[in-house]
Amino acid sequence: MGLASSAIVQTVLTGAALLGAISGMLGAFAVLRRQSLLGDALSHAALPGVCLGFLIAGGRNLGAVMLGAFATGALAALCMMLIIRRTQLKTDAALGIVLSVFFAVGVVLVTVIQGQGGAGSLGLMTFLFGQAAAIQPADLWIMGGVGLVALGLVLALWKEFKLVSFDPDFARAQGFRVTLLEAVLTVMVALAIVVGLQLVGVVLMVALLIAPAAAARQWTRSLGAMVGLSALIGAVAGAVGALISATTRGLATGPVVVLVATAVVIVSLLLAPGRGLVWQAMAARRAQARISDGRVLAALQSVARDHDDRGHRVARGVLATALGAMPTPARLASLERRGLIRATRQPPDPSPHWELTEAGHAEARALSGAPAEPSR
Amino acid sequence: MREDQLHEPDQALHVEDLTVSYGDTPALWDIDLDIPPGVMCAIIGPNGAGKSTLIKAALGLVRPVAGHVRFLGRPVAQMRGQIGYVPQRHSVDWDFPTNARDVVEMGLYRSLGWFRRPGRAARARALAALAEVGMQDYADRQISQLSGGQQQRVFLARALVQDAPILILDEPMAGVDAATEAVIIALLKRLRDAGRTVIVVHHDLTTVQSYFDWMVMLNIRIIAQGPVRETYTPENLRAAYGRHLALIADPAGAAL
Repeated sequence: MGLASSAIVQTVLTGAALLGAISGMLGAFAVLRRQSLLGDALSHAALPGVCLGFLIAGGRNLGAVMLGAFATGALAALCMMLIIRRTQLKTDAALGIVLSVFFAVGVVLVTVIQGQGGAGSLGLMTFLFGQAAAIQPADLWIMGGVGLVALGLVLALWKEFKLVSFDPDFARAQGFRVTLLEAVLTVMVALAIVVGLQLVGVVLMVALLIAPAAAARQWTRSLGAMVGLSALIGAVAGAVGALISATTRGLATGPVVVLVATAVVIVSLLLAPGRGLVWQAMAARRAQARISDGRVLAALQSVARDHDDRGHRVARGVLATALGAMPTPARLASLERRGLIRATRQPPDPSPHWELTEAGHAEARALSGAPAEPSR
Repeated sequence: MREDQLHEPDQALHVEDLTVSYGDTPALWDIDLDIPPGVMCAIIGPNGAGKSTLIKAALGLVRPVAGHVRFLGRPVAQMRGQIGYVPQRHSVDWDFPTNARDVVEMGLYRSLGWFRRPGRAARARALAALAEVGMQDYADRQISQLSGGQQQRVFLARALVQDAPILILDEPMAGVDAATEAVIIALLKRLRDAGRTVIVVHHDLTTVQSYFDWMVMLNIRIIAQGPVRETYTPENLRAAYGRHLALIADPAGAAL
């Protein structure tokens, strides 16, 4: 592990973890406010700004590049707002148009600059998909600064951000400056994107906003937990992705980070207690089994009642008729294991019979009194 | 008109010349409206009549083309803390990661002021408000796991916790079960009897007479307003709803 101790790798690790934490934290709000796609449009729209910054600064100057990215991102957001307000187009169409037009301009600029040649112009390509190795120790200060500002704002305006994310109408009726608060959240997302550009790239930056939040939502029951876990997942996904990319020659960082983050999302969607698909499928099966159990018990009980004999032994065929179908041997075995029914014989009939135990009678009564509901 | 002068202070809600439009189509046209304090008022009208828009314009959530609004004589900006608002239940995402008590505490955020977090006192008030709507056992329940009626009660509790003299509810009875509707109405009547003003956007004409004592009939314009006894007449209903009224009983109980 000589690699992990090298200065470059440490820089990459720190930067990627910082970026992941920032975008995970802010992404949680963006996802809850249904603004994930706005993040996508903003990051694509940053590309022409990157090129402009490159042209104006006459080379790869991170400050100029970030400023340019922020400027065209803001311009794109403004265009989107105007399109939605002034035309009949819906938000998704406006997003699509703005995203692709700005990105197209960006790609044209990239190819133009590269056609001119010149020192470092090839570095522009790394802004498309990101390159962890490109990160400089000085960049960490910028990332740390943005992270601190974002963290400070989120902590200071916690209840305001929560209210605006959950119910902006109510917040406005209460007299909160909703537009301002929403603008602060959006600008912070834009900042996170700008900071992440050279590491993850404009094309896939949005994944670092959405994926940690989507995964965190699965495991948490409060906004605080969701934002915290999202930041943690973002940090881990960013760091692992960047580390893989930095230690493997020529591997763009963006796609690797996305793959790592997506793996976390998939695991979360499947396994999270309560919300995970596997968990829900198991809960549905349990509910189904409870209903089937209840029907078997109810059938046995009704036959017993018809014969006015609580311990009446019910033959296989009779049970099948009462239920409309024969219960599976596994179901009967399970009920017997739980002491609700007992398998017996009714000589001279050699076929198996079943009778309800006292516990079975009680359970049948309970189930019929309160119909089992499938729980979520 | 000067903002610091009281204008029509004897009315809980006073609306004058209010016009709101979405694009070219007017949603509300030249609304003049007075709701006295201490009544339980239904705002009724067909779909698209502008009922929710009226409320949102009164609360300053929608910008009117013309007109002004006063609550107890003051502009809404000065009355924020004294108006409890219950938006339509479907206006928010109930999959938000939070529990019922936390949502109710949101009703106190304003009074806390910037930067301060809700503490033990806020928690106690939120629990009391949940108890008022019969939801005390669900305080820690995730809001995504509540039924529609329970969600509506949580929303109501969030407005109650403010202890505001004026309550405005947007379709609180939409899609809730009969038990919840009974709880909500009983509670609103208690508040009215305690001197609060309760304004409700309502869609069920058959219950107007039993629930409310004041009403505003709306269809882009004001059709009628006043005490339910005098205002709930076949002529007014026909004027508001047009010909789609065959199924609604008139005040005397005979079909219109």
